[in-house]
Amino acid sequence: MAEKFDVIVVGAGMAGNAAAYTLAQAGLNVLQIERGETPGSKNVQGAILYADALEKIIPDFRDDAPLERHLIEQRVWILDDESYVGSNYRSEEFNREPYNRYTIIRAHFDQWFNKKARDAGALVLCETTVTNLLLDGKRVIGVATDRKGGEIYADCVILADGVNSLLAKKAGFHDEIKPRDVALAVKEIHFLPQETIESRFNIGEEEGVVIEMAGKITAGMMGTAFLYTNKESITLGIGCMLSDFKEQQVTPYQLLEKMKDHPAIRPLLAGSEMKEYAAHLIPEGGYHAMPQVYGDGWMIAGDAGMFVNGLHREGSNLAMTTGKLAAETLIELKEQGKAWNARSLARYQAKLDDSFVMKDLRKYRQAPAIFEKNPHFFTTYPELLNRAAHTLVKVDGVDKKSKERSIKSAFVEARSRLGLLGDAFKMWRAFQSR
Amino acid sequence: MSDSNDAPRKPARKKVELDPRFLSYKHVWVYIEAERGEVHPVSWELLGEGRKLADQLGVDLVGVVLGPPEARTRAICEEAFHFGANRCYLVQHDALRDYRNEPYTKCLTELVDTYQPEILMLGATTLGRDLAGSVATTLATGLVADCTELVIEAESRCLASTRPTFGGSLLCTIMTQRHRPQMATVRPRVMAMPDADASRRGEVIEHAFSIVETSIITKILQFIPDDTRDKPNLPFADIIVAGGRGLKKPENFQLVWDLAKVLGAEVGASRPVVQAGWAELDRQVGQSGKTVRPKLYIAAGISGAVQHRVGMDGADVIIAINNDSNAPIFDFAHYGIVGNAMQILPALTEAFRKHLAQARKAG
Amino acid sequence: MHSVVCIKQVPDSAQIRVHPVTNTIMRQGVPAIINPYDLFALEEALRLKDRFGGTVTVITMGPPQAEVALRKCLSFGADHAILVSDRAFAGADTLATSFALSAAIGKVREDQPVDLIFTGKQTIDGDTAQVGPGIAKRLDYQLLTYVSKIVDIDFGKKEITVERRAEGGVQLLKTAVPCLITMLEGTNEMRFGDMADMFRAARYPLKVWDRVAAGIEDVAKIGLKGSPTVVGKVFAPKPRSQRAEMIEVHDNDPQDLVVTLLAKVFTRHPKIEAEIIKCAS
Ligand SMILES: Cc1cc2nc3c(=O)[nH]c(=O)nc-3n(C[C@H](O)[C@H](O)[C@H](O)COP(=O)(O)OP(=O)(O)OC[C@H]3O[C@@H](n4cnc5c(N)ncnc54)[C@H](O)[C@@H]3O)c2cc1C
Ligand SMILES: Cc1cc2nc3c(=O)[nH]c(=O)nc-3n(C[C@H](O)[C@H](O)[C@H](O)COP(=O)(O)OP(=O)(O)OC[C@H]3O[C@@H](n4cnc5c(N)ncnc54)[C@H](O)[C@@H]3O)c2cc1C
Ligand SMILES: Nc1ncnc2c1ncn2[C@@H]1O[C@H](COP(=O)(O)O)[C@@H](O)[C@H]1O
Repeated sequence: MAEKFDVIVVGAGMAGNAAAYTLAQAGLNVLQIERGETPGSKNVQGAILYADALEKIIPDFRDDAPLERHLIEQRVWILDDESYVGSNYRSEEFNREPYNRYTIIRAHFDQWFNKKARDAGALVLCETTVTNLLLDGKRVIGVATDRKGGEIYADCVILADGVNSLLAKKAGFHDEIKPRDVALAVKEIHFLPQETIESRFNIGEEEGVVIEMAGKITAGMMGTAFLYTNKESITLGIGCMLSDFKEQQVTPYQLLEKMKDHPAIRPLLAGSEMKEYAAHLIPEGGYHAMPQVYGDGWMIAGDAGMFVNGLHREGSNLAMTTGKLAAETLIELKEQGKAWNARSLARYQAKLDDSFVMKDLRKYRQAPAIFEKNPHFFTTYPELLNRAAHTLVKVDGVDKKSKERSIKSAFVEARSRLGLLGDAFKMWRAFQSR
Repeated sequence: MSDSNDAPRKPARKKVELDPRFLSYKHVWVYIEAERGEVHPVSWELLGEGRKLADQLGVDLVGVVLGPPEARTRAICEEAFHFGANRCYLVQHDALRDYRNEPYTKCLTELVDTYQPEILMLGATTLGRDLAGSVATTLATGLVADCTELVIEAESRCLASTRPTFGGSLLCTIMTQRHRPQMATVRPRVMAMPDADASRRGEVIEHAFSIVETSIITKILQFIPDDTRDKPNLPFADIIVAGGRGLKKPENFQLVWDLAKVLGAEVGASRPVVQAGWAELDRQVGQSGKTVRPKLYIAAGISGAVQHRVGMDGADVIIAINNDSNAPIFDFAHYGIVGNAMQILPALTEAFRKHLAQARKAG
Repeated sequence: MHSVVCIKQVPDSAQIRVHPVTNTIMRQGVPAIINPYDLFALEEALRLKDRFGGTVTVITMGPPQAEVALRKCLSFGADHAILVSDRAFAGADTLATSFALSAAIGKVREDQPVDLIFTGKQTIDGDTAQVGPGIAKRLDYQLLTYVSKIVDIDFGKKEITVERRAEGGVQLLKTAVPCLITMLEGTNEMRFGDMADMFRAARYPLKVWDRVAAGIEDVAKIGLKGSPTVVGKVFAPKPRSQRAEMIEVHDNDPQDLVVTLLAKVFTRHPKIEAEIIKCAS
């Protein structure tokens, strides 16, 4: 006899776990299906966790979640080939509980989060891939999987299957993702003894640092790089728009290799042991690329729905929040005795619009296009900035006034007066709300 | 060692006394593994090692020979003396014709109970592991598998057996303090082959073992010998040229073959190369492959991970080619070339070819 | 027919790193897996069940987390799973482990006779291949190690015929049931369970046995106390006292380089030169 559940959640990532946990907690009969060997096993590496979103789901998560380090310092580097100009922000305030941001290893974290969902009563099947949605007309009534006898029914299916959701595509819920709407990111994890990390980054036990990087390392493509400290490892990676990689004929791996060889980065990794390498897509199309996220008997949460704030590298918090909101929509409707159809599920969209998720995504809706049309943000500026810094810092008998003049003329030469003004305006627009 | 919880266990601090039952246990034993009249070379290697242990303890080195009642079985004892044994316990019985766990375990256990050795070593072969595990359980004594180093701890006169653990990432030293005999198995080629001295003699003590065939439950219906033609025999090769993942492409692995051909050498490989299908499983050198002991080992594009190292660092001379001057292989190779293997290998092939041609002309 | 399969959850040793200073295992990020060799044992037991009917019980001695491994075995098609778990088992060597497992299997036998016990060839953490033989001895089962094929089972006569990997060849053996089989690797391939098995595994009320439930009275036979072997020292392999002699790159000419190398090697080790001449001819 075919199994039937209230809700099937596809995926045991951030969005799926948040949804399954919230639903099970409210007593709904939930089945969660994950294709990886364990939750998080497809999500091999480190990430930054924004506490706020999780707090709203599991308030006392700090008691037992596998957290690596809380971040106390943010560095921003603009890199040229051999140098960087940067800024640091470090504050004791970040050292006071409750901490705001943590580094995590997804493989561990996802397992912990999923265990919470199981403990709350969700049934979880791993190593099982959902291959299709079962439809009755336009209504989703269940899922088909790659296992024999694998059709399972439910009143609602939440698609939390991550970026490039094949299921949503197959069901015709959204189009093929365009290469200019996704970034391809590669990450590596490098192991180092705890003490080495702490002395190298000037941090104490449990304290962490994140370095955000932009500039020449992306070889003129729109993208950024990052590095952060875990307990006994360092995660670093670099991501650029998929369309750029295609055009420029460079592989992400080449970029990463070059990045690791940068004279400012190499010493941070010295003596480490590279453990894992993974490539992953990040949906960065933003507001304008978002698909419809609900319908008759279905909802989309997390990366699958393009809920990512590319500019601030926020994803997991949006995923958790959307997963939670999707679940809460179902719970409320059930309490009110309403069926889960396209009309009633519109409440999910309303909840999204009302949350930071859509507010932020709206705010930055211009950003992708601006950066895309203005590649010099990733080429000319890093070089100019670094040269300027060099000119200023070097003591060589040239008077400071001449130095300033030469810096200025270098900028103008490269971008023209009007161009500079325009760039400033564009940058401002990319970050400003409207 | 198969501890379920927090392996590896914390080093023991307390000194443990030998159980008085075992005070009379003396001498070092090596089980001489013979099948169909052929002695497995690991047994001679163990005699070489056992000799050192016995000398250090000031006791005898004893070979244990089990087999069918045939002249050949007895002759094995003579060979054991050549390789260093002072004495052999010989058991000849029809039930011991081919290896079977039950009669062999009974027989070896009986010998131990009767003659009481302090150390008993076996080869870590399929036979040795089968037999050792059963005998150790019957005797309720400690058994350390796959040892790579055996020494006597001076103070306690205990056997300190070192073996790889956690897939070879670490080594640990294990001792059996309260029980006797202290049992250990050692993989073939881990210990050096001692020189045989045909003039050495020893004492054969024949032990009468009684068992009736009908009481033995397991019967051998047939033995199908392996087809050994064209099979590489790495463990006994004198020269090995081995390639690793640094060769990048399966086509480049041919460079290893080219050099091997000129040298008349065997070809070895690291595990990733075998897994990628560039070389057969029989050519894998290391922890989960073969242990080798050539006179010359040339490693090209091999990083020198411990799991590889444990299989080859008994080579007399190791030459490593690696383009990373920090590669761990340079920590234990004798000669190192930092460079691109794809250039160095053909150059070596050429140089050896020339050298050999000259040597031939001269000789 | 009733088969018991012993499995162990182990750290994936391919992913283990050693702390360069303290020489301890850095466990971070090291996933726990079912000992890969045990999967061949489980699959073989499942195949026998397919052929002859019956039940398959998996058993493991380990910490509570080993539940995951057992559930996975259930999802492959095993019928029952028992986790033998007690703090008193900590620090067990192979002798103590085989004692605890054989006691637990003894308990299993009280409910339903056990015809076959399967274990893997060896584990990838302990790597000893001793637990299987140990269990067989303690339960007085016939021992068949390194089995590559189960040729036939005659239930009337209670006989089993197998092929066993021996030194230099394959033995065709016939013995009595009950017996213990350690399965050789590469002999079969683990199946992909169907959906019904997945649900059964997820909902299965796992049996967790402590020392007493496993029928063990004598604490001197288990854990650290019951282990005759004592781990003295754990360390990383040392580099040789001197590093390799590095041959300098002369003008990047590989040919010069190797000529220098050969000259050095041959002067220092004249035997090698002789050896090469011998091998090459
Ligand atoms: C390099 C990189 C760095 C990042 N850094 C950060 C960061 O520092 N902080 C941050 O907040 N965000 C970061 N993100 C983004 C963040 O990882 C994602 O936004 C977040 O993981 C999305 O969660 P999710 O649940 O939607 O998807 P996922 O976490 O991807 O989960 C989807 C799950 O569904 C499973 N699945 C997929 N298809 C199927 C199927 N057909 N059947 C069954 N299961 C299926 C997958 O195996 C997976 O487990 C980063 C992303 C990348 C690539
Ligand atoms: C339980 C277990 C058992 C194992 N058993 C074995 C075993 O039996 N045998 C075994 O070998 N491994 C074994 N391994 C794997 C082992 O840990 C290593 O992963 C493996 O030995 C690495 O193989 P490699 O040196 O060929 O590859 P890598 O580690 O990738 O090294 C390649 C090397 O080539 C160098 N290189 C790259 N390009 C060039 C070039 N152009 N010219 C010259 N050099 C170049 C690189 O600098 C690098 O040092 C085992 C692992 C585990 C966990
Ligand atoms: N703790 C354990 N629980 C269950 N089975 C085990 C355990 N330890 C070892 N085994 C079994 O014994 C076999 C040999 O293990 P080992 O002697 O550790 O190499 C394994 O393949 C398992 O089948």
